[in-house]
Amino acid sequence: MAENTLLNTINEKLKAKFSDAIISAEQNYDFPVFIIRRENLFDVVKFLKEDSEMGFEFLTTLCGLHYPDNKGQELGVMYQLHNMPKNWRIRLKTFFPIADPEVPTLTSLFSSANWQERQEYDFFGIIFKGHPNLKRILNMDEMNYHPMRKEYPLEDGTRTDKNDSMFGR
Amino acid sequence: MSEVITPKVNIVAAPDGYSQPGFFAASLEKAVGLARKNSIWPLPFATSCCGIEFMAMMAPHYDLGRFGSERLSFSPRQADLLMVMGTIAKKMGPIVRKVYEQMAEPKWVLAMGACASSGGIFDMYSVLQGIDKIIPVDVYVPGCPPRPEQVIDGIMLIQDMVGKETFRRRQSQEYKDLMTKYGMENQ
Repeated sequence: MAENTLLNTINEKLKAKFSDAIISAEQNYDFPVFIIRRENLFDVVKFLKEDSEMGFEFLTTLCGLHYPDNKGQELGVMYQLHNMPKNWRIRLKTFFPIADPEVPTLTSLFSSANWQERQEYDFFGIIFKGHPNLKRILNMDEMNYHPMRKEYPLEDGTRTDKNDSMFGR
Repeated sequence: MSEVITPKVNIVAAPDGYSQPGFFAASLEKAVGLARKNSIWPLPFATSCCGIEFMAMMAPHYDLGRFGSERLSFSPRQADLLMVMGTIAKKMGPIVRKVYEQMAEPKWVLAMGACASSGGIFDMYSVLQGIDKIIPVDVYVPGCPPRPEQVIDGIMLIQDMVGKETFRRRQSQEYKDLMTKYGMENQ
């Protein structure tokens, strides 16, 4: 199936079922990318997984996004879905304000979402509503911030041997 | 007939002492130091590439056995020297500390490589910026990773410290203050 045909097929399917859930649909290189309203995200993924024609039964990955300059839409989550028999791959994105960092969990659809959502909670502080075990997974439990958010510096504040004059700063 | 081949084995010299036929008197401290420094049991705490250099150092080509340290101790309770080799993540920090606390006195610590010494290139939220943030370190071996020769040099510095260790140093106020600084009780 040609790239744009896949984009259009899925777009028409989603438009017919969830009229206003799709904010945008575009082709990014070889990936159809859909931006979905947060309120409809779970239903859209459920439809894409369970519809016999769509059949996106595999969650390849998901990751958190942080665009501090998009006021009111700072945080986001990106999902990559895969239909293995037809080898279709698509990306879904959803954005929401940093003051209200909640998205529905996909753990009831994909068991693999469990640890991946915990990771995004750990690094971005995104609350996956309904997640059975939402706690840090990689960083130490005592950590009191979400280090991948861009307001935090990349370098560790406890470093003592780095003298700025030696690094030309 | 061929000549008798005597093996070239170096045996450490006796400490300074007073010797007459039938007896030898020396400082007990020096005799114990001599025994200790030539039979250090290291505990390898290897987390990354420095651990590979360490393996090279233990293997026949560099052969740490020549220094009496071929016996690695994987139990902290029998180890004399904690060798921390590699990046220590902050999450790993409490484990390193627990291993150190379980070692019996007297004990020494060698930080091998840039990461264990200062955090190295990993100046970031998840990595401990040098193990001396959580445990006292005796010898730092720089390098990324250091060559086995450098580590042997570090071990020889440790040997020097072990040989000169006095019985009372671990009871000294200075040592107690050091332990207090790291929030550890002096055993």
